Amino acid sequence: MSLAEIEAETESKRVGEETGGSLGREAWKRLRRDPVAIIGFVLIAFFVLVALFAPLLAPYAPDAQPGAGTITPTNIPGPSAEHWFGLDELGRDEFSRVVYGARQSLLVGVVSLILGMSLGLLMGFLAGAFGGKVDTVVMRLVDVMLAIPGLLLAIAIAAVMGPSLLSVMIAIAAINVPIFARLLRGQMLAQREADYVLAAQSLGVRRRSIMLGHVLPNSVSPVIVQGTLTLATAIIEAAALSFLGLGSADPGVPEWGRMLASTQRYLASAPHLAFFPGTAIVIAALGFTLLGERLREALDPKYRR
Amino acid sequence: MTAATALLLDVRDLSVTFTRRDRRDVRAVDGVSFDVRQGETVGLVGESGSGKSVTALAVMGLLPDRGVLVDGQVHFDDDDLLTLPRDRMRDIRGRDIAMVFQDPMSSLNPVVPIGVQVTEVLVRHRDMHGEAAREEAAELLRRVGIPDPVRRLKDYPHQLSGGMRQRALISMALACRPRLLIADEPTTALDVTIQAQILELLKELVSDSGTALVLITHDLGVVAGLCDTVHVMYSGRVVESAPRRELFADPRHPYTGGLLGSVPRLDSPRGEPLRPIPGSPTDTLPWAEACAFAPRCAHRIGACTGQPPPLEVTGDRSLRCVNPLAEGEASPNPAVAPPASVPPALEEEPT
Repeated sequence: MSLAEIEAETESKRVGEETGGSLGREAWKRLRRDPVAIIGFVLIAFFVLVALFAPLLAPYAPDAQPGAGTITPTNIPGPSAEHWFGLDELGRDEFSRVVYGARQSLLVGVVSLILGMSLGLLMGFLAGAFGGKVDTVVMRLVDVMLAIPGLLLAIAIAAVMGPSLLSVMIAIAAINVPIFARLLRGQMLAQREADYVLAAQSLGVRRRSIMLGHVLPNSVSPVIVQGTLTLATAIIEAAALSFLGLGSADPGVPEWGRMLASTQRYLASAPHLAFFPGTAIVIAALGFTLLGERLREALDPKYRR
Repeated sequence: MTAATALLLDVRDLSVTFTRRDRRDVRAVDGVSFDVRQGETVGLVGESGSGKSVTALAVMGLLPDRGVLVDGQVHFDDDDLLTLPRDRMRDIRGRDIAMVFQDPMSSLNPVVPIGVQVTEVLVRHRDMHGEAAREEAAELLRRVGIPDPVRRLKDYPHQLSGGMRQRALISMALACRPRLLIADEPTTALDVTIQAQILELLKELVSDSGTALVLITHDLGVVAGLCDTVHVMYSGRVVESAPRRELFADPRHPYTGGLLGSVPRLDSPRGEPLRPIPGSPTDTLPWAEACAFAPRCAHRIGACTGQPPPLEVTGDRSLRCVNPLAEGEASPNPAVAPPASVPPALEEEPT
């Protein structure tokens, strides 16, 4: 038995004891042991399930008015056995509206994230992969987008396009495009200098393969984290826009932000109308924030091994 | 190695200058010439900063485009690698010339399984795909002594030990049976026991396949075990070239003598001080005006400064020194006999 074989054998034993696999699998393992991440998971799962099964959970349609005629500005019934979250100022079942509102929030959050992330990542990839002039042009564009405060930009877009769910989605997507573009570009520029890129070049690997097969996979973990956190902010931004009256044109559509806005006048007589949609926003945003923060740590190479 | 075997790589007057705005240019490699014959093992030896790695990167065409001026010729086959179009150069890299780097952890992509990284070369240069590529990848890993290679293909770099990672990198470099392998400090990041195994493996693979090897190292022990010819570099120039035996038996350049004398020995009396070369590699003079080693040289004379020392070629040796060590002045083999008393550092000797 040669020295090499002996070494090989001892090494295979040692390595065999190690667990783990890809970055994703390891991160998953770490997250499963993390109580904060589990709380995040549970909150998100709760939020998503409520959104998906809203018609089954809600006892009334969101625009039904079971309490019509009995409501006066000073007499808005609070939580009861029949109406768990009470009635709103138009006699609609608040519980049903909060439940249906989850759908709107999830829809806006996911669609605007996908829109903003795809465009942002495309821009970031081009800038990071090509560098030079492409980088300069793309990044100046990003600078312009970043120069306008996010909410202001969203209001401008929503105002130009008219209040609708689609314009809210596009507005929130627009806020997130430069964030993802800069994030991915920065990661790729850093990874391009890595030793394994030089090693791949020394083997004659083509630039496209290096960018797509080596640099990009090493650059995505912060994007995943940012995506999770962006869902949280997108939900809050969607609420803010509909609070400002820029959401869906149909007042019957339950949006948490608008529910908060329309309840302002009745805050003294019916505080439950502010409490329930507000809590819903917090729960949804908190779930994604907690998970995002823990995901950041779980994916951090410094914590690996 | 006889002169009869054909010339494979011919580096002529290679210079590499790093330019930066608002800074003085740095000439990392300053007129380096050496050649490599087919199947030969050539050592490039020197301290950190002597230009060894930059020479290798220049030969590979892997220096960045911006801020680097490369001058001279690097002949491989009938081509000058320095003027070759980028695409042609990319075809040569990995297929005809390959390279192994110092740090096996960072030279493997951490998020891509080993198998994918090995097959990438096969896909690129040998047009192999799918199952055939996977089988060949496993065979390559087996050949470099990685046990259970089929299972290893699915492993990620962090699941392998340092030695195994370097083996994997060597298997990738040799995947296309290149005619020239450049190994840049291939064992520096490894344990001493693993170092010996990796060197043994390199030696074996290189002699089996007839691949020529350029071994870059600062470790004279590595050179002693492996190289046919040795070029000693200092501050971007080759200061002494000689066949291995002659260099070890009879170093002529004071720097070579200093390197050999500074190797610690197990048989030296307890408490005997180590013999470092005084000063640091940054205490240099520009080659255009003097011998760059003069500030650190115990053998310095007046003629060392004022003009660049000429390169003198005698037989298969060459030397860039106006006041070389006399034959036998340096200890013939530092691992056996102690060197003669070292003259006080930085004192000029009377001519």
